[in-house]
Parts: sequence; C-alpha cells; structure tokens
Amino acid sequence: MSTPFYVSPQQAMADRAEYARKGIARGRSLVVLQYADGIVFVGENPSRALHKFSEIYDRIGFAAAGKYNEYENLRIGGVRYADLRGYTYDRDDVTARGLANVYAQTLGTIFSSAAEKPYEVELVVAEVGETPAGDQIYRLPHDGSIVDEHGSVAVGGNAEQISSYLDQRHQDGMSLAEALKLAVQSLSRDTNGSEREIPAERLEVAVLDRTRPQKRKFKRIVGRQLAALLERDGAETAAEAEAQAPDEKE
Amino acid sequence: MDFLSEHQPELLPGNRQLPPVQGVVEAPHGTTIVSVTFPGGVVLAGDRRATMGNVIAQRDIEKVFPADEYSAVGIAGTAGLAVEMVKLFQLELEHFEKVEGAQLSLEGKANRLSTMIRSNLGMAMQGLAVVPLFAGYDVDRGKGRIFSYDVTGGRSEEHGYAATGSGSVFARGAMKKLFRDDLTEDQATTLVVQALYDAADDDSATGGPDVARRIYPIVTVITEDGFRRLTEEESSGIARAILERRLAQPDGPRAELL
Repeated sequence: MSTPFYVSPQQAMADRAEYARKGIARGRSLVVLQYADGIVFVGENPSRALHKFSEIYDRIGFAAAGKYNEYENLRIGGVRYADLRGYTYDRDDVTARGLANVYAQTLGTIFSSAAEKPYEVELVVAEVGETPAGDQIYRLPHDGSIVDEHGSVAVGGNAEQISSYLDQRHQDGMSLAEALKLAVQSLSRDTNGSEREIPAERLEVAVLDRTRPQKRKFKRIVGRQLAALLERDGAETAAEAEAQAPDEKE
Repeated sequence: MDFLSEHQPELLPGNRQLPPVQGVVEAPHGTTIVSVTFPGGVVLAGDRRATMGNVIAQRDIEKVFPADEYSAVGIAGTAGLAVEMVKLFQLELEHFEKVEGAQLSLEGKANRLSTMIRSNLGMAMQGLAVVPLFAGYDVDRGKGRIFSYDVTGGRSEEHGYAATGSGSVFARGAMKKLFRDDLTEDQATTLVVQALYDAADDDSATGGPDVARRIYPIVTVITEDGFRRLTEEESSGIARAILERRLAQPDGPRAELL
C-alpha cells in the first residue's frame, strides 16, 4: 500500500496559483478604461463570435481573459444571477458589487477545493454610474479576491506591463476616441517592448455608455463605427502624439 | 424560464395552486388593444381603462409594453397576471439575447408567449384569463407582423389589423372599414385611435380619451429603428383631432358604400 506524499497547504496553493496564472497568461490581454461618458472595453480578439466582453445587466458589463469555456460558464451564471435578481426585486437592485461578490465566492471556492482544478480566468466586472464618480470597476483574479480599480485596468497575459503603461497615461475625462487610442497603444506593446500593429478587425470593442437613452447601456462598437472612431482619433490627436513622442523616449 | 422553473419555481406564474373558488374571482381587467401594420412597421395601441365588474378600477392603466427593441405586447384580461406575464416575457427575451448573443426570431418570440399563455390555462378556467396581442418588426423579412392569441395559447398571425379584449369586436369593425394597405405611419396611428374611440363608444369597459384628466390612449410604433412610444403630446394631438371631427360627425369617418 502506497502512502500519499505530504504536500504542505502553502505549496499546494502556490502550485494551483501558478497553474492558473500560466493559463491566464497564455491568453491575450484586454483593458478596461473609464472615459468621460462611460467605460470602454478593448481587447484583441481574432474571433467575431466568441466574445470576451458582454452585457450582464442594464449598467453592468463583463470582461474576461483566460480559458473560454470557463469564463463563458461564469458569464452565463452572472447573467442568470442578474436577471433573477432584477425579476425578483427591481432592476435597480442589481449591482456590480453584488455580482462581483458572487463571482469572488465562486472563484474562491473552486480555487481552494482540492477536487477541482482552479479556473484559469481573470474577470473584470464594471458598472457605469450616472456620473464618472459613480463608475465601479472590479477585477477578480483566479483565486477569488476582489480588487476595486479606478481609471484603468488590464487583465491577461501581459497585464502588469500594460497596466503600468496605462496608469501613467490614463486621465479622467478622456473622450472615447482618446481612450480607445490609448487602449490600442497599450495592447500593441509586446512583452519585449517592441510594438506591433493591431488591425481594426482584430479588435473587440464595447462600451457602457451612460448617455444612451435606453436602460441597457452596453453596446458593441463594430465595423464602420469602430473604424471611424480609430480614424477620427488618428487625425485629431496626431499632433498631440507628436508632441508626446519625446516624453515616451525618456 | 427553464432555469427559473428548476431554481425558483415559486416565481413562475403557472406554478401556483389556486384555492377552489365559487364563481368568478373579482380582479381588475384590462380591456381593448388594437394593432395595425403599415409598410415599414406596425402600430400597437391600447386604451387606459381597467374594470372590475361594473366598477372602473383604474383610469390610467398602461397595457402596452415593449417586449424588446423590435416587439411589443399589449395585454387584455386580468391586469395583475398579465403585467407579471409581460415582465417575465421581457426578462426571457433579454436573457436569451444576452446568453446567446443574438435576438430570438419574431416567430420564436411569438411561440414563447404562446407557451406562457398556455401555462396560465388553469387560472383562465377560473375567469383570470390573459389574452395579449403581440406585434413586432420582423428584421429578417423587413415588415411589421401581428400575432393574436386565445386563452389556450393558440397563436395565429393576423394580416393587416387585429384587436383583443372586450371592445375588440367594435374596434375590429372600425378598422375593417378604415384599413388600407398603403397607410403611412401617421395614418396608422390615427387609425388605431379611431378604432379605440369606436370601441369606447360601444363597450362600457373601454375608456375613451379623457380630455379633462389628460388621459389618452397609449400608442406605440415599431419600425426598423426599433420600438417607440408616442409622447403624451403626440397621442393627445391625435385624440384631440379625432374628437374635434367627431363633434360634427359622432360616428366618425364614413366608408364608401360600394
């Protein structure tokens, strides 16, 4: 009869975290930024059908990096949670904080249960408020912790580098075109510091726009609209980019 | 709905047991809903009265609701149950759209509503029927379509115009004489208010435009651009124009004899 090896809990957790982190790092990164009229989600996604971002409820959006089947599972769970809440009580009673808590519980339970493999996902739950001050962005790493973020957040493979890049450059009250441009810039920087071009058709972009007259504020930006936004900003901010170029070299 | 029936069945309308009752349960009933198609869309409208027996239970009830961006449902029958059914229907369409990433087809929506009405059959047998009218813009075919239902959930597509509720007989008669294939949006909205006026004229449970209290029919239009409810100003404009003409001609516009 064989005796099982003793593995210290610290080691077991460290191994699981390592496993999850590696899985997440294989996927492409995505960023979530606040801008003047709401929150924009930007990511590189070659697929048109398998979305990284989606609508959860009126004011709540969802973004995920990592393994598709796992986060899709969590997304549908979130939609169910939100719809059930909204139906039982009122549409206003569905909040990003409540949803983030449910996700944190789920991820935490899966992470620490020995019977299951940890989920290789990192989520962002964002809620757009009536004013920029009311916006909420929560980042949920694989282990079930919640991080309350402001301004900008990046998740996925290259997240640390991207978020430090964003932290330095993100300002409150940016226009959508400016925020989008910043997001694309940050995503197009590789780990080794070199830059590459991401064509518009490989970008997935969605917004939670507080100025939308409908109750449901989530909207995907695709096709011509996206191209127009990217272009507009190219023309308008070309001069600014020139001016900023010297700073970037420092 | 499937998830709800597993998870929290008590929230579903069809799953409640009713105590055995003698006779008919008294509850507010909504009355007349009318709908007309026109090239490019469909109009759905309803009066504002809810009755309980011979009493007017509510003067300004709203009986026409958006189901989603491209469809709307108008309800006749037991108001409380109908409003709950609409709420669940809206939830289901939205839920499907979010989970699947695509909207249900208009047929799919109509079928779903049919199932929901059928699940209410037990209540309907006790006098608490809900009979909606479903109208929407079919994005695939590029035209407005109307579906009517019976208490058992039987669904039938109506061409041109349709009405449901206690005043529907009179409204349908009016629409039959006024309807044409080439209505514009403005003419279609006028037509439905005319029909509601005629229904209110002959059916005591249907409310006409109430100028004193500023209560006018709810008129909604669904086109390629989505669902739009006419503002109070617009619907009062239509109602007042009709009222003005009816002062001279109480029975409304006359159709040709031959």
